[in-house]
Amino acid sequence: MRRVAVVGVGMTKFGSSDKSQVEMFSDAAMEAINESNIRAKDIQALFLGNGLGDFEEGQMNMAPMCAAELGMPMDAPATRVEGACASASVAIRDAFMWVASGFYDIVLAGGTERATAMGTPLATRTFAMGSDSKYEGFNGITFPGAFAMVARLYANKYGISLEKLKERMAMVAVKNHKNGVKNPLAQFQKEITVETVLNSFIVADPLQLFDCCPFSDGAAAIVLASEEVAKRLTDKPVYILGVGQASNGPLYRQKDITRIRAREAAAAQAYKMAGLTPADIDVCELHDCFTIAEIVASEGLGFFAFGKGSEAVEKGETAIGGRIPINPSGGLKAKGHPIGATGAAQAYEIVKQLRGECGDRQVKGARVGMTDTLGGDFATVVNIIYGI
Amino acid sequence: MTYPLTHRQYYEGLKAGKLLGLKCKNCGSYTVPPKICCAECGGTDVEVAQLSGRGEIRTFTVIRVAPEGFKAPYIVALAELEEGPWLMGNVDGLDPANTVEDITGKKVKVGHRVIPPTNYTAGEGVAVTFLLE
Ligand SMILES: [Zn+2]
Repeated sequence: MRRVAVVGVGMTKFGSSDKSQVEMFSDAAMEAINESNIRAKDIQALFLGNGLGDFEEGQMNMAPMCAAELGMPMDAPATRVEGACASASVAIRDAFMWVASGFYDIVLAGGTERATAMGTPLATRTFAMGSDSKYEGFNGITFPGAFAMVARLYANKYGISLEKLKERMAMVAVKNHKNGVKNPLAQFQKEITVETVLNSFIVADPLQLFDCCPFSDGAAAIVLASEEVAKRLTDKPVYILGVGQASNGPLYRQKDITRIRAREAAAAQAYKMAGLTPADIDVCELHDCFTIAEIVASEGLGFFAFGKGSEAVEKGETAIGGRIPINPSGGLKAKGHPIGATGAAQAYEIVKQLRGECGDRQVKGARVGMTDTLGGDFATVVNIIYGI
Repeated sequence: MTYPLTHRQYYEGLKAGKLLGLKCKNCGSYTVPPKICCAECGGTDVEVAQLSGRGEIRTFTVIRVAPEGFKAPYIVALAELEEGPWLMGNVDGLDPANTVEDITGKKVKVGHRVIPPTNYTAGEGVAVTFLLE
């Protein structure tokens, strides 16, 4: 295995877009290509994360279209990668493997999604297709519904009143919106209060509107190169120190869903490969599709003991300047969650953080960062550790 | 290999008022809903078994923003069956339009509801329901 570095990243503004998924990805990818001091013809393969492009634009097999749009060579394979909301992180991990193995020297990865094109009812339906269609789909389970059940189980398991837990969940949203204000690419750049969350309508009891990330359009891209090539291309390489990916079955089979076991397995792989522990992580972009999701993720990654994650939020330990800053970009909550692109947007933020290019939201002195991306009903989790 | 119990056969069981699953001859665990092997040990030496259809609610939610094809509000819950497996179902017999009390720990009996075919469902579906005892 060779060392692999990130040589360039790119990202569109998240929100609602008139551009097609191919155009959005090409926007982000061309930025990453230009930043890498390469030409599209130098790229040997593309791994493109995309969740629901078929439903959003009636567009299948988008990866080769993106490759052609960018002017990549015909002999470069371009492959769509689908792991629900973790698609782009699966794509980045695969790209890493191909470069680490020595098969390719320069690979493009990322993702694109245009979820707002579907409207809320179809988007809610298609997102729920990540559940078991035979044994959960006919119950009308939704993605907020799954995390709503996590929240209630969490409150009972750890003896925290639902009222107290909801207040702390609201603080997650407040923190991430506050961070989003400092991110010009974020979908929401507006501060909110605990009351904003608690006064918003109920989506899936006990989750309210502001406990939930939005539907979003957007794309992000990352160019990976072998260490040798990276040193020729950039004087600011960011290395991939460890990767992990794990898989699990449907919700009902997972039983106690306050602990997302696939995350614990994926994180253990990434920490082991990097030779690091949770205490070594300076900054983390994790999968806060819902406020409770951030709390359980912060525990699953080992930053806090199980059952202590909500208290840590209240104490400010996850704010920029806290013990372990989480989601300085605004996270999925404020930055937005174009599902197939999310993992690459997390990578974008961590790479910028480690290069010290994040302005007002910079985590000072960050040298090691981590991404955490969750797909489906806790079925796919990818963790990647980056360092300089 | 021959599937011990397909989803269609499981649906037909529910429609006949029976909760069917697998009993593992290796470790004794029950697997519901069915799959190709034991959910606990992965063993393929399994037999079809009828479960009691009784369990306890472990967690639940009231869905107020529904996917296309569903009409909110309704309750989705995860219940732990007497035999060990957890199952997802809709809780019937409560009024989800009003505030629902905490039904965690309540005993339930498994029922079913037939869901007519619509886009992307590959035909008719059968959803598990839970009735509070
Ligand atoms: Zn067994």
